[in-house]
Amino acid sequence: MSLYAIIGSGAAGLAAANAIRARDPAGQIQILTADPHVHYSRPGLAYVLSGELPEKQVYQFPREFFARQRFEFVPAGVQAIQPEAHTLRLQDGRALRYDRLLIATGAAAAMPDTPGMHLEGVVKLDSMADCQHILKLARHARRAVVVGGGITALELVEGLAARGVEVHYFLRGDRYWSAVLDEVESRIVERRLAHDGVKIHYHTNLVEVQGQNGRVTAVQAEENGRPLTLPCQMAAFAIGIQPRMELAVQAGLKVQRGIIVDDHLRTSAPDVLAAGDVAQVFDAQSGQHLLDSLWTPAIQQGRAAGANMAGGDVIYEKKFPFNVTRLAGLVTTIIGRVGKGETAGGRPKGDADVTGIMRGDSELWRLSPEAVAAQTYAGDNRLRLYLKENVMVGAVVMGDQTLSRPIQVLIQEQADLGELRPALLSDNADLARLLGDYWEGYRVKHAAKIA
Amino acid sequence: MNFRSIFTKTTQKHERLASQAVVPDPQRCVQCGICSYNCPLGIDVRLYALQGLAVVESKCLTCGECVKRCPRGVLRFDAAPLEQIPLKAAK
Repeated sequence: MSLYAIIGSGAAGLAAANAIRARDPAGQIQILTADPHVHYSRPGLAYVLSGELPEKQVYQFPREFFARQRFEFVPAGVQAIQPEAHTLRLQDGRALRYDRLLIATGAAAAMPDTPGMHLEGVVKLDSMADCQHILKLARHARRAVVVGGGITALELVEGLAARGVEVHYFLRGDRYWSAVLDEVESRIVERRLAHDGVKIHYHTNLVEVQGQNGRVTAVQAEENGRPLTLPCQMAAFAIGIQPRMELAVQAGLKVQRGIIVDDHLRTSAPDVLAAGDVAQVFDAQSGQHLLDSLWTPAIQQGRAAGANMAGGDVIYEKKFPFNVTRLAGLVTTIIGRVGKGETAGGRPKGDADVTGIMRGDSELWRLSPEAVAAQTYAGDNRLRLYLKENVMVGAVVMGDQTLSRPIQVLIQEQADLGELRPALLSDNADLARLLGDYWEGYRVKHAAKIA
Repeated sequence: MNFRSIFTKTTQKHERLASQAVVPDPQRCVQCGICSYNCPLGIDVRLYALQGLAVVESKCLTCGECVKRCPRGVLRFDAAPLEQIPLKAAK
């Protein structure tokens, strides 16, 4: 009987466990987790914060399902991985043998080294426990300051605003998420936030979080070079995430920004695989190992890793990462390469508000599409496409989502848009109509592939 | 020149509701459960989405509540497949 160990009970860990069980009905599957809530939809926490969902709804698998799958949850932290001995040292002193190991430890919010981070009222949004903590504090808070960028910062901004807290959002630069969105898109989001009563502070750097009796009472900042003191009861941070790879570093595995894995999700140590936010996965198109922090790739990686642990030969192909998310209430789809291609220290550059990759983010988005853009907008609806020769390599669809899925399929299938290209790139092209019409023909012709 | 030109007309919409089913794109789903939570008949739409199956259930009214509420555009009305493997219970 094979012994499988999985560190982490998030999207990748659970997907791997299910994939192992599908191939190996007899093997012992142990899932080590330090999260008391075990498994839930992490992206769903945004909707728990905003009050659209009750907490119990984000647990998608009941305990009986885990029991039927015979997953053994070990509620213990791991102290060390000993790859040669095929053994885990647990924090409670026990040792656990494995035949094959998956590291699916995910990523943790990075926190700034600003003074005052220890105060009650300083929050982040990593886990269910964080979400519960924020909701508890928000009941009594009048004002909150949010620092950071990307999707999680807006989840905090919108969640707190929905709970009746006055929200001040600090941006270091002159616009929101400049690494992925263009100026038109940033402004649409900012205008909608302002309309919801969120106060955006541009060119603002946090200096210190101040407190009394261990609780947050104010933040000190610099706004356009001038000092700003803002009394508040909460300071929420989403300045990026860091893959939890301390165990891998200690064990001598090959790491960069995450744990380096090959196309089978294998690390540099024998019988040790990694998947999800912690894994830095090879992207054949760019020739680089890149980080994603996305739900679906985490599950796909988990599935591939699990199958390979149970004797399979499954290749994970990165393709075109995409995410559909809500920014200031506006549904937005980001697919493939849409960035400016700037790099810093060997990694695709983020923006000033964040330290690196964020949740719901992909490093691939920041790569330059090296292609021509076609764009249009009407009101809060926005369409930005990148055409490289005859194929689309990236797109942002904001607002009306009628074309979101068609564009996703056209990019993922690398459909030949040669005949459409001149029309798409002509002045004042009606991109929505052109693509809508093209899609009608395409879906009929390729019905089997799309379904 | 706006996006409305491709909006579905109301009459077409009604036809659609009568002849089509709720179909998920599992790639987009993050399993938050808003769909199941908002189904007036208590159908666990998320479980279908998770397995990439159309919601072929006699109870389904095709009211569109789940389609509208999904924050990620996972669900749409489309032709239901003639045959599909039955839903695997996760409960």
